[in-house]
Amino acid sequence: MSPIHPDQKNTERLAGLRPQAAAGTATDIGDGSLIEDPASEPPLVLGGRSIQDVTEIVCGYQEKGPGKWWLPAIMTSASVAGIGQLMILYLIITGVGTWGLNNQVGWAWDITNFVFWIGIGHAGTLISAILCLLKQKWRTAVNRSAEAMTIFAVMCAGIFPGIHVGRIWFIWMIFPIPNSNWIWPNFRSPLLWDVFAVSTYATVSFLFWYMGMIPDFATLRDRADKRLRQGISGLMRLEAPELPFMPRLGFNLPVRSDTLRAYIYGFLALGWRASSRHWHRYENAYLILAGISTPLVLSVHSIVSFDFATSIVPGWHTTIFPPYFVAGAIFGGFAMVLLLLIPARELFANMKDLLTLRHLENMAKILLATGTMVGFAYSMEFFIAWYSGNQYEFEVFAFNRVIPDWMSDRGAPYWWAYWTMIGCNVISPQVFWFRAMRTNPMVIWSVALLVTIGMWFERFVIIVTSLHRAFLPGEWQMFFPTWVDILTFVGTLGLFLTLFLLFMRFLPMFPIAEIKAVMPEGDPHDPRGGAKHDDEGSH
Amino acid sequence: MAISDYIPFFPVKPAPFFTEDGAPIHGLLAQFDTPADVYHAAEAVRDAGYKHWDVHAPFPIHGIEEAMGSRRTILPFIIGGGAITGVCTAIGMQYFMNAIDYVFVVQGKNPWAWEAYVPITFELGVLLSAFAALFGMLALNGLPRFNHPLFQSERFLDSTDHCYFICIEARDPAFDPTKTIAALREAGASNIELIEESQA
Repeated sequence: MSPIHPDQKNTERLAGLRPQAAAGTATDIGDGSLIEDPASEPPLVLGGRSIQDVTEIVCGYQEKGPGKWWLPAIMTSASVAGIGQLMILYLIITGVGTWGLNNQVGWAWDITNFVFWIGIGHAGTLISAILCLLKQKWRTAVNRSAEAMTIFAVMCAGIFPGIHVGRIWFIWMIFPIPNSNWIWPNFRSPLLWDVFAVSTYATVSFLFWYMGMIPDFATLRDRADKRLRQGISGLMRLEAPELPFMPRLGFNLPVRSDTLRAYIYGFLALGWRASSRHWHRYENAYLILAGISTPLVLSVHSIVSFDFATSIVPGWHTTIFPPYFVAGAIFGGFAMVLLLLIPARELFANMKDLLTLRHLENMAKILLATGTMVGFAYSMEFFIAWYSGNQYEFEVFAFNRVIPDWMSDRGAPYWWAYWTMIGCNVISPQVFWFRAMRTNPMVIWSVALLVTIGMWFERFVIIVTSLHRAFLPGEWQMFFPTWVDILTFVGTLGLFLTLFLLFMRFLPMFPIAEIKAVMPEGDPHDPRGGAKHDDEGSH
Repeated sequence: MAISDYIPFFPVKPAPFFTEDGAPIHGLLAQFDTPADVYHAAEAVRDAGYKHWDVHAPFPIHGIEEAMGSRRTILPFIIGGGAITGVCTAIGMQYFMNAIDYVFVVQGKNPWAWEAYVPITFELGVLLSAFAALFGMLALNGLPRFNHPLFQSERFLDSTDHCYFICIEARDPAFDPTKTIAALREAGASNIELIEESQA
């Protein structure tokens, strides 16, 4: 790809080749973490960046590429995704017997993975919608990548219900399509509600994500167009990787990368021309979308929880499930956002100026809050099992989950899954009570990793431990995953990472326009936005 | 935005002004350096009584609607229409399929009971209002429109980066080449450019 920039001087300054401008930098604005004084707000963009710098930084990720790590990374993740695809093919050819399912445990890793992924998919819309309504300006640094993550997670989630039906060629029967049998689906089944909830969520999240990107596509289009008009675009070049014993191989393609950019980003931008009359309708549409996505995001995981809560299986039949699932989804989703963005912050140049410690600290606080909510839900589930006087329910919690099999004859063989869940989800986020931990990216990343593991185990505990011992002890059976189970799940991790790496390479990773709008340089009533002293605050 | 931009053969009003070469004029494009400059210039243009003009900025400038005196959009009503359509479709679909056309008993429950139909009714209402929000916004904005006279200006390409513009169109009844230029210059424009209509 062409490395040439229209403004060479600015590029060099951003790359650290020229000294930073001296105007009000590092000394007076701190490191971006939250400060004790509630009256003063730390800036959302550090490093004394101007409006133009924000464009340069974000568009630079697409125009110059993310660096040498990207190609090996995507080759690895795409290979893992390929293994997952092979597993799905094997499953379809052979049948669901290739999974470790048995008569007692009919839902296991498939539905665990589905709920795990769909839960991760909740942070994106939460950040975009709920934080937008709450006027949390800091969301602008993370909302685009979180929305992307949402969509990719929902794509991974959608695979599992699709393939777990066994005869996948009948999957169309979940949709209300007229058919020759003259039958319709059962709208009183929560499984069908789930179909509508998840497909609506995927569609609305995609529309939200795409709408947010329209102005940024226009920025990328205009920059490419400008370079083409100035005649400084190079031809696209294909180069073989550098090898010690080979001459450098490479040749030019008969097309300029900026031509491709101008066409592709131009098509996606739909002819956006930054008109303020358009911006007015755009902001209106964005606000209303945020307003309708807020109940949507709360409804989706509630409906997923109905799959369990409306049944009579002890351990599933609980009224606390909808809020408990939603809190867990937000918790797991934020953990995944942090898991992806903390390494990205190190790998991409200048990203620390846009994604500051303050953003990480805020997200760590959300992890602490939602982790504690989840912990409260765990204890409340236990309390209700005892308080309801329902013997089966209490047995499920005490002897299927909590008490290890080495402590009691009736103890749970899956005790380690339960205690992994408690340790990762409830105990590990408690380190965020300490400010030093909240502002240390390594600690945040480690906790996010633990939370991601813990949230997978939460779903495993709910699904498998509840099923493996039902009402008749003669039916009790353990579940053991097969290699197909494991590799299918690993494959979806690869698919998720592949999609996210493609996103980081080709789409604007930050909402350029939204960041500019929350900068003081973009405020017409701020001296940094050009306001004179006499009219400051007069509007 | 004009209908003739979308429908070929639709009668096009002849341009009121032409350059010396005979090219029809789209309008005047004035560049401003800061959000505050363009904000105050917009107030001046509004007070001068122009109708066909617009502010172009890389992000929505806070309060620019008041400075421009533009009316509130009707978009919320379009989205409300989408929501009502979605809700009615969902209710109609579920009652027709499960209570009229193919009645079957599940757990002895009445097929006319409404409770079970709530989740899908909500989801379809959200789905259609989201479509209405995006496509309604695009339709009211006259997008997609890939070609526009303004894109001929190389300076204008910075409107999605860091520059602020006001464009006053020649079809505005108050447009007068000399007076409008003078007014824009007085409003603090750092650069003024004449934009011709794009030639098909």
